[in-house]
Amino acid sequence: MKKALQEISQGLISLFEGMRITLGQFFKPTVTVHYPHETLKMPPRFRGHIELVRDPETGRAICYACKLCEKACPSDCISVEGVKLEGAKKRSVSNYMLDFTKCSLCGSCVEACRDGAIRFSREYNLAGLSKDDYVMDLFKRLENEAKAPEGQGGAAVEKQPAAAEPNPEVK
Amino acid sequence: MTVPEPYRLILYLAGILGFVGLNAAYLVWVERKGAGRFQRRPGPTEAGPAGLLQPIADALKLMSKQLLVPAGVDRTLFRVAPLLMMSPVLISLAVIPWSESLAARNINVGLLMIFAFGSINVMAVMLGGWSSRNKYAIISAARVVSQNVAYEIPMLLVIVTMIMVTGTMDLNEIVRQQEGFIWNWNIFRVWVNPLMPLTFLVFFTCMLAETNRAPFDMAEAESELVAGAYTEYSSMGFGVFFMAEYANILLGCALGTVLFLGGWQSPIGILPGVFWFLAKMYFLIFTVVWIRWTFPRTQFYGLLNLSWKILIPLSLFTLILTSAMMKLF
Repeated sequence: MKKALQEISQGLISLFEGMRITLGQFFKPTVTVHYPHETLKMPPRFRGHIELVRDPETGRAICYACKLCEKACPSDCISVEGVKLEGAKKRSVSNYMLDFTKCSLCGSCVEACRDGAIRFSREYNLAGLSKDDYVMDLFKRLENEAKAPEGQGGAAVEKQPAAAEPNPEVK
Repeated sequence: MTVPEPYRLILYLAGILGFVGLNAAYLVWVERKGAGRFQRRPGPTEAGPAGLLQPIADALKLMSKQLLVPAGVDRTLFRVAPLLMMSPVLISLAVIPWSESLAARNINVGLLMIFAFGSINVMAVMLGGWSSRNKYAIISAARVVSQNVAYEIPMLLVIVTMIMVTGTMDLNEIVRQQEGFIWNWNIFRVWVNPLMPLTFLVFFTCMLAETNRAPFDMAEAESELVAGAYTEYSSMGFGVFFMAEYANILLGCALGTVLFLGGWQSPIGILPGVFWFLAKMYFLIFTVVWIRWTFPRTQFYGLLNLSWKILIPLSLFTLILTSAMMKLF
């Protein structure tokens, strides 16, 4: 009898204790990120789809279409074309297609690149209406980015920090 | 201020309907906001400032849905059940004294009337579950009946105790007896019954169980029974059940305010009675939300054990204690 009463009273006290804790949480600030209105900064090692890196001096892509990434890709989702521009020593990239529907973000292409010409982007707003939206023209993307001032590209580009510091994993 | 008879009735009818409708809609908002804050998130924010238009959006959405009556159900009972759930609450609210002079009908057996009508909504959930011809709904209906039978007993024992203490079933009279400072409220009247705060706890627990609120929401235990007795209801059929749930909470909290927290009596003597009544009632309603988001749902046998092994002996004990105290002192 005594034990039962003790159990009941202790149970009752623990109920009040639980309510005290939840009320404490009630008055603490909320921790939600209001997603479409605010976004979090992606961490530096975030793996989005790959993107071409621009040479800060010339403002053009570093890539000279050696096609090592194309060969390194296990899913065969990269295709690179290059042209030799007049007066330039090296070839330069003219078309860089990424079929993101097949890409598994393994990073072999980034590892294979000898000059750090590609890196992971921090793009995560990747909703689309058809499969074709994910065959990405990365060269065009780079050019569009160059045209728009920093952080004012498309709606999708806007969300991510415009000039990302080089990925530490690259090289 | 007196208004001639037929107009007074119509005014009260419109007033109560409006009040219940508004509360049912905005208690959902309170519930969602409260749930959010308890979980450190903001709750609805998009529709209107602070999500204030959310209930209207919800209501419009519900009304735009098809009112579906599944094949093979008992049509009449199926359609009557939501109404049967809603109407007793509306009737019962007529005797609640919102302030000294604000009550639709001040009858001298108000308390009895509330409990007479209060039992009907068990039947409504049962009929809704039974007529749905759905296994989840029937399990839910069976649960509701055994749960409500179990919790009606301690509830009524507590009410008997309160009637003994106050000596009347007239709700306005009960409030009038609690005039003065906070220690005159029935919940603190420990010289009549030393266990009075505990009696209030029993009352509150039973109120939660009777209104099928968490942690006693066995009737619509989402994780086990889909939506219990409401599974087959769509559109405003479901909407009325949903509103009735909140209206029942409103009634239960209003009753708790009248019986234990001094109704419209002001503890410090300022501001009109209506304000104090609503303040106390909404505090209780907030507690109901607070409890829901604090405790997980009990198991069914745990629920019955709580009633038969703890609440009924406890309420019987307070009943006997009160009568002994009243006889002796």
